[in-house]
Amino acid sequence: MIKTFDPNNMLSKITVDKVGVEERVARFQTRSIKNESKLQGLKMVLNMIDLTTLEGKDTPGKVQQMCYKAQHLHDVQPDLPTVAAVCVYPSMVSVARKALGNSSVKIASVSTAFPSGQSTREIKISDTKFAVDQGADEIDMVISRGKFLAGEYAFVFDEIAAIKEACGKARLKVILETGELSTLDNVRLASDIAIHAGADFIKTSTGKIQPAATMQVTYTMLMAIKDYYDKTGIMVGMKPAGGISTSKLALHNLVMVKEVLGNAWLTNEWFRFGASSLANDVLMQIMKSTTGLYQSSDYFSID
Amino acid sequence: MAKNTSTKNTAEWNYAASPESTSHIRLEKKYQLFINNEWVSPSSKKYFPSTNPASEEVLAEIAWANDVDVDKAVKAARKAYQEVWSKLSGAERGKYIYRIARMMQERAREFAVIESLDCGKPIRESRDVDVPLACNHFFYYAGWADKLEYAMPHKKPEALGVAGQIIPWNFPLLMAAWKIAPALAAGNTVVLKPAETTSLTALKLAEIIKDSGLPPGVVNIVTGYGDTGAAIVNHPDIDKIAFTGSTNVGKIIQRAIAGTHKKSTLELGGKSANIIFDDAPIDQAVEGIVNGIFFNQGHVCCAGSRLFVQENIAERVIHKLKSRMESLYVGDPLDKNTDIGAINSKEQLETIEKYIRIGKEEGAEIYQSQCAIPSKGYFCRPTLFTGVSQSHVIAQEEIFGPVLTIQTFRTVDEVIQKANNTPYGLAAGVWTDKGSRIFNLTTKLRAGVVWANTYNKFDPVSPFGGYKESGFGREGGVHGLGAYLK
Repeated sequence: MIKTFDPNNMLSKITVDKVGVEERVARFQTRSIKNESKLQGLKMVLNMIDLTTLEGKDTPGKVQQMCYKAQHLHDVQPDLPTVAAVCVYPSMVSVARKALGNSSVKIASVSTAFPSGQSTREIKISDTKFAVDQGADEIDMVISRGKFLAGEYAFVFDEIAAIKEACGKARLKVILETGELSTLDNVRLASDIAIHAGADFIKTSTGKIQPAATMQVTYTMLMAIKDYYDKTGIMVGMKPAGGISTSKLALHNLVMVKEVLGNAWLTNEWFRFGASSLANDVLMQIMKSTTGLYQSSDYFSID
Repeated sequence: MAKNTSTKNTAEWNYAASPESTSHIRLEKKYQLFINNEWVSPSSKKYFPSTNPASEEVLAEIAWANDVDVDKAVKAARKAYQEVWSKLSGAERGKYIYRIARMMQERAREFAVIESLDCGKPIRESRDVDVPLACNHFFYYAGWADKLEYAMPHKKPEALGVAGQIIPWNFPLLMAAWKIAPALAAGNTVVLKPAETTSLTALKLAEIIKDSGLPPGVVNIVTGYGDTGAAIVNHPDIDKIAFTGSTNVGKIIQRAIAGTHKKSTLELGGKSANIIFDDAPIDQAVEGIVNGIFFNQGHVCCAGSRLFVQENIAERVIHKLKSRMESLYVGDPLDKNTDIGAINSKEQLETIEKYIRIGKEEGAEIYQSQCAIPSKGYFCRPTLFTGVSQSHVIAQEEIFGPVLTIQTFRTVDEVIQKANNTPYGLAAGVWTDKGSRIFNLTTKLRAGVVWANTYNKFDPVSPFGGYKESGFGREGGVHGLGAYLK
């Protein structure tokens, strides 16, 4: 059943103080993650990555190579997990499906006229259905930021609910494109709308707009998830995407998730990183912690 | 071939121990008195131990100064004032103060580790707050030394002479900096007594003072208990008493110096109100509550120990606060991930536990975080009381520990009345999205500092001090300079 918008019950009207958020985030960044915690954390990060290619020039060859990398991150090192998923355009889903076979690596597809979302609802729904039919396990949709900024929250809500319906069994990630929402108050409001409209995940960015997944924005969204969980007992996932390219920043994000939502969220069922270059930096750190040496980036494949 | 090694991360992810190294610090087994830039053994021949409150191990033996030693220190300070320090230009004084600031900065790590060892505060705070702020106080006042005429326009500012300074155990190095830096910039010489449980960083500062080449006698540090402090207060050749500590001792000092020429500034206790309105940024307000009461184990004179929450959001705020308390790490002060360290001394822990008992007996509802605490050392779980009224002892008396009382209110007038309904008046916090309401409250709250949408923010530029029984005189900023000038 498609959900209907009820602003009184769905919008928390919570305001967010930017200075306070910056201070809180700085605290996460002073956490010291060493030795076995670091290695465990780095492996968790690898297993939470949505390995992504979203370019006009993507080819089946590129997607195939990425799908291989997704399952063989660095075979010289045993006991490495696979990434969580590959993330591609709808036209590449069938290629990825074939390349991944029966692997546990999921296929996420962007849809709804990604990245701008400037199209009709009919096209967005058929875009989504196409991706699901092609074999996508997860759909990453974008919200209509123009409508949101114009105050048409019901429109934004109904659209998300309609896409959720079109997803069927596929899990829905809702991209807020926080770089276009301009304030943390808006980020919070958009998070509340997306969660109530049926998002399985909320996601910061398309990766096409800067700033993308800042820790301030991710923190604000995590608080929305926490409040919803406290109220309903329902877990919602989080995916920061864009701008997280170093192990250190990724570990800081894990710290934040752990301290805001708890260990239950620290699996790829509930937390993802949308990233393309993060994996190799994490691999480099893992090799450093096992061999004691930093290796040249030439030793890490760049599929 | 597809490889399926996806790990199910159902295992807990916890932070491995991450203790700050102590290999780089230098501590003597025995510390003497610092008089005339020399280490002098006490004529009392007595020493007392300084212990690590997290392990109950003795860190060093400290000299116990009696009135003969204090007299020696005051004479040294007087001589230095008359013969050297009062004759130097402000610019020259400034150079010495800058040099001390820079040398402190260079040894910041050592100061931070020793402070955490001696005091019990988490290394995160000594490293990121205490030591940098202490350095900044010296830097800030160094800049004023040659600009006193601009600080006090239409006056001819003159130093007072010899200042006797007595400081508490909650921010040992920072309080030493608050006291020494403005006194020197204004042209005074100093006899300083650190608290008996936390003498070490002041003595390390003495090493720097000696190395900096500051003329002998300008800063003298005498260690000891209350009797040493009394000897300073009662010494006839001291021109000014600067005291930070309890309101009880403050009253004793005021009686003792009544009718003398001695000037004084007293920075005393507090029972500060932290007020949350229903339009506040609620999650940041919860952080502010935590920072207000659990910073430095609640050993903060301006701690936001009385929380007032508007009735219609009280349930939500308390729920969020409890959940946040569960994510605080209590334990080894030297671990970089520790949020709350050890209570400073056994006596203080007993005081806190006494108040917790009283709170329960008074019928308030207690909540303590579930975290494990070390079996050795003096530790106290973050604690809050709900169902508290103004007539409860726990809402009236300063506990000086991680214990918060929570009351609800309905209207602005009501909360102003309740917030002011205390003999204290050091600080307050106001949390609201409405600017006009902030200004309304800041003018009506009888408190020396009112923070808006934040709490426990300190800066050398900003004056700090109390109303009513929280003391008088201001420290920090231009105001702090005035306290050391005629």
